[in-house]
Amino acid sequence: MVRAGGLSALGPADYAALRFTVLQALASAAFSVLLAVPVARALARRRFPGRGTLVTLLGAPFILPVIVAVLGLLAAFGQNGLVSRGLMAVGLPPLDVYGMHGVVLAHVFFNLPLATRLILQGWLAIPAERFRLAESLGFGPMTMLRVLEAPMLARVAPGAFAVIFVICLSSFAVALTLGGGPSATTVELAIYQAFRFDFDLGHAAMLGLVQLGLAGVAGLAILAVRVPGVSGAGLDRAVSRQDARGAVARAVDAAAIGLAAAFLLLPLAMILSRGALGLAELPASVWQAAGHSILVALASTLLCVALALPLAGRLGDVIGLAGIAVSPLVIGTGLFLLVRPYANPFTLALPVTALVNALMSLPFALRALGPEVAQIRADYDRLAQSLGLTGWRWWARVALPRLRRPLGFAAGLAAALSMGDLGVIALFADPDRATLPLQMYRLMGAYRMEAAHGAALLLLALSLGLFWVFDRGGRVDADA
Amino acid sequence: MKALSFAAGLTLATAITAGAASAQTPTLTVYAPDYFASEWGPGPMVEQAFEERCDCDLEFVPGDLMPRLMLEGDQTRADVVIGLNTDVTQQARESGLFAPHGQDLSALELPIDWTDDTFLPFDWSYVSFVYDATKIDTPPQSFEDLVEMDQKVVIQDPRSSAAGLAMLLWVKSVYGDEAEDYWQRLAPNILTVARGWSEAYGLFTDGEVPLVLSYTTSPAYHIEAEGDDTKKAAIFDEGHYAYFELAAKVASTDQPELADQFMAFILSDAFQSQIAMTNWSFPSALPREDWPPVFRDLPMPEKAIFFDEDEAAALRDEALEEWRRALSR
Repeated sequence: MVRAGGLSALGPADYAALRFTVLQALASAAFSVLLAVPVARALARRRFPGRGTLVTLLGAPFILPVIVAVLGLLAAFGQNGLVSRGLMAVGLPPLDVYGMHGVVLAHVFFNLPLATRLILQGWLAIPAERFRLAESLGFGPMTMLRVLEAPMLARVAPGAFAVIFVICLSSFAVALTLGGGPSATTVELAIYQAFRFDFDLGHAAMLGLVQLGLAGVAGLAILAVRVPGVSGAGLDRAVSRQDARGAVARAVDAAAIGLAAAFLLLPLAMILSRGALGLAELPASVWQAAGHSILVALASTLLCVALALPLAGRLGDVIGLAGIAVSPLVIGTGLFLLVRPYANPFTLALPVTALVNALMSLPFALRALGPEVAQIRADYDRLAQSLGLTGWRWWARVALPRLRRPLGFAAGLAAALSMGDLGVIALFADPDRATLPLQMYRLMGAYRMEAAHGAALLLLALSLGLFWVFDRGGRVDADA
Repeated sequence: MKALSFAAGLTLATAITAGAASAQTPTLTVYAPDYFASEWGPGPMVEQAFEERCDCDLEFVPGDLMPRLMLEGDQTRADVVIGLNTDVTQQARESGLFAPHGQDLSALELPIDWTDDTFLPFDWSYVSFVYDATKIDTPPQSFEDLVEMDQKVVIQDPRSSAAGLAMLLWVKSVYGDEAEDYWQRLAPNILTVARGWSEAYGLFTDGEVPLVLSYTTSPAYHIEAEGDDTKKAAIFDEGHYAYFELAAKVASTDQPELADQFMAFILSDAFQSQIAMTNWSFPSALPREDWPPVFRDLPMPEKAIFFDEDEAAALRDEALEEWRRALSR
């Protein structure tokens, strides 16, 4: 950024963008977390056939490239979407998803799965013995909530809120398309405009700093809010719970899971049905691009996990949040300026994409790992020290075996996110080695919408596949 | 680390092969937008046709043009840039990065008089609204019709899209001081403002909206490639804003002769006869009777509207602010 030359001041349009950005991000984060709580609870205490698959599928919106998700979302909930057509068939007006509520709807679609997973991790981290103990002491659901679940939520929810708030800060295409017009301008769009149209690097850098500052505030807020875990040590196996057997609890859980599934899976089903036709006409280059994307995804997963483990902790949270708030455009430009004097940026396209994607996924990995690492330290540190287990031995013997679930989740997320990323490639595009999202975008740009839908479906399948492989690896003992 | 070292190996291998190739035949490096260089754009046709006559290797580098060139300055590897539009010519000219094209402009067949000695148009189109004829029986014939329609339209954001910016100038040229008022009247009909052409056009082809801001040449793709003649451009009585795509020679090129040869090639029959069907726009240097039939049959506006770069620069900020105010209400 220093190389970009001086910063320039913000204008009234920038302040309007700032206001909208913060408002929509707050609303999106609040709704995502609030709605995620019942869904996560239902998933935590119910066992049913297909639960594992459902949990994986629910993660899909988060890892989709924005443009695919938006088109899927509109195919389901848009003017001419499935739901609107249903409403019109019975004489009701179609849904109107354009406006602030549309932006929030889309952000909840993207982030509800993330919030659910983060909170679900929290639930599963409560040792089953505690629920059994609570039952044998005759705790009712309310007491159970107060004594066991509320402290866990207080530990996990603010973090989830902050991550989603920060993700929504840098939203751009979603906010614009579903916001309905320029009143839905975000800071990220202003950065884009400054960079692409005005070529005012100083202004772009200034706006980038503002965005980073907002994320910093969110990071400090969690540091202040988060209460450390209060639980003592126990055997950390997930066992199905005996409480909440009543018909009401069952119905509530079924409704939570059913509604969330319908909301999240309907757009995915639309992507599937539209893509199926295009899949057959995909040219070889798209499959080749898929290969590059998988390679990039694996490299960036490895990097991400390698970075996340030592950083998992309180400091890591703040670093991580800052990481999401940095505009990919700003990172891309910065790297471009850094790399260019030494090497040809285009030959570095894939490694740079892997690196940037690793950094972009880091916050999510830290979010998934952080609370668990803190818990393990709290529970086992004294024992470990008395046994002389420190350094890598501590990681190998104590931490890693207990981190399997969040680690698998974090790796899966990193892999999937980097499959779908389009952010940095604009400056580093390599003529011969395109990634899958880029090829998809090129198909759209050349009127080949049907083939583009096919590529989107392939992208969805590969992202989910990678996510499933890693995540399953981490949960292999939990759901059997 | 296997994946990483594999990636590093790939990188190294390309660097070496690239180096080896340049030792034998000269390479002309052409920066082009993604849609242009991709295998579904004109890139492969241009590469093949030019390499047949230049005894050289043409290498496309796809991506953002002006941001990348401005970052690289005169250290750029580019010899030629293709796919610029008239929004950026002023900024590009002031950067001093480009050299005169040296071509005879009398071959051009454009709706306006083109005298620029640096930026050379290779194809063009008109900005227009494309509609789905299965949903709209009487298409709008003017901006006023557009306001009175009971159908919604998707437009592009002028801050992130070239077509969006062209529409902004189009409305400004028709309405002048009344432009803000017009946008305000149009606002209820705007379903949403998309980030770029791909998003907007995707909403249109997915059936979310029956009317979209695009180009008069868009229907040619649907007719030719899909046999679908239900996508049509609405022609407005006020005239249409013309949109030109440009190429330019980079001043710091180390292949000046090849670059000149490429600039001449752009106006040659080999290029001009192919560009329409690969980039879905009108060729810049062919008379209408020589266009492919599907383009010849497209309805043409009576009048071309165009602001040169100085006029556009003088209007842009004000027009953008009017647009923002009108649509933010």
